[in-house]
Amino acid sequence: MTNPSESVIIVVVSRALARLIQLFGIYVIIHGHYSPGGGFQGGALLAAGVLLLRMTEGGRASQSEVSTEAAIPLAAVGALIFAGAGLVTLAFGGHYMDYGAVPVPGVEEPVVRYYGILLVEFGIGLAVMTALVAIFDDMVAPDPYGNAVDAAGDRAGTPPKL
Amino acid sequence: MSLVQDVLAVFLIVSGLLIMLVGSLGILRLPDFFTRSHAASKVDTTGIIFLLAGLAVHEGLTQAMGKLLIAIAFIMVANPVAIHALARAAWNHGERPWANGKSQRKETR
Repeated sequence: MTNPSESVIIVVVSRALARLIQLFGIYVIIHGHYSPGGGFQGGALLAAGVLLLRMTEGGRASQSEVSTEAAIPLAAVGALIFAGAGLVTLAFGGHYMDYGAVPVPGVEEPVVRYYGILLVEFGIGLAVMTALVAIFDDMVAPDPYGNAVDAAGDRAGTPPKL
Repeated sequence: MSLVQDVLAVFLIVSGLLIMLVGSLGILRLPDFFTRSHAASKVDTTGIIFLLAGLAVHEGLTQAMGKLLIAIAFIMVANPVAIHALARAAWNHGERPWANGKSQRKETR
């Protein structure tokens, strides 16, 4: 599963499409206030772009996007952004995720709410994207108990054992 | 909304639905993996392109029409490649086209 595809068609088209899918994912996250979408859907699209590359170019080629080791820590950072943005408003005396309570000098309250929601959407997107990549990497990794390891199933990111 | 626009939109949508009907019959009726995926790819590609083109004509010159055209371009590229990947994987794992009234599947291991 983590080996590159031998077909030039599949590799070239998936390289181009992965970027388009990720661009659309960013659009969905940023535009989530006004239109259908938001952090979860955009994060799933970003993860789809990475996983497309993982499946077609092999597990090693897309390590620079989200590496197998960094996936779980980045998911934790995303969840921290999500929860932390809500807790900051508590510190200023508002309700949980009541962004209007945060006093930013020279900025109107609706604008603060706008950027607060955007920050939370970004955190959700990061958490969902990296968590889905982590789930995929875990599924294609060999069984840690040593049962039924496929010949091509060595863990993404590590060199093949000869 | 002019009459020409309406007629063209209905024509495109009905064409798309007919292609989808034929493709669905093909998935049910054809004998093996390759012929079935051939039928399924017609539904996924041509049928949806016609349907979305009909919706774009119905929409007129708006932002939604632009989004529909982008979706059509994406489907035109993505779907044939996806079916190619499926058929290629099946071939590499020993599936062979149906011939002489029976499966020609190779046992690989």
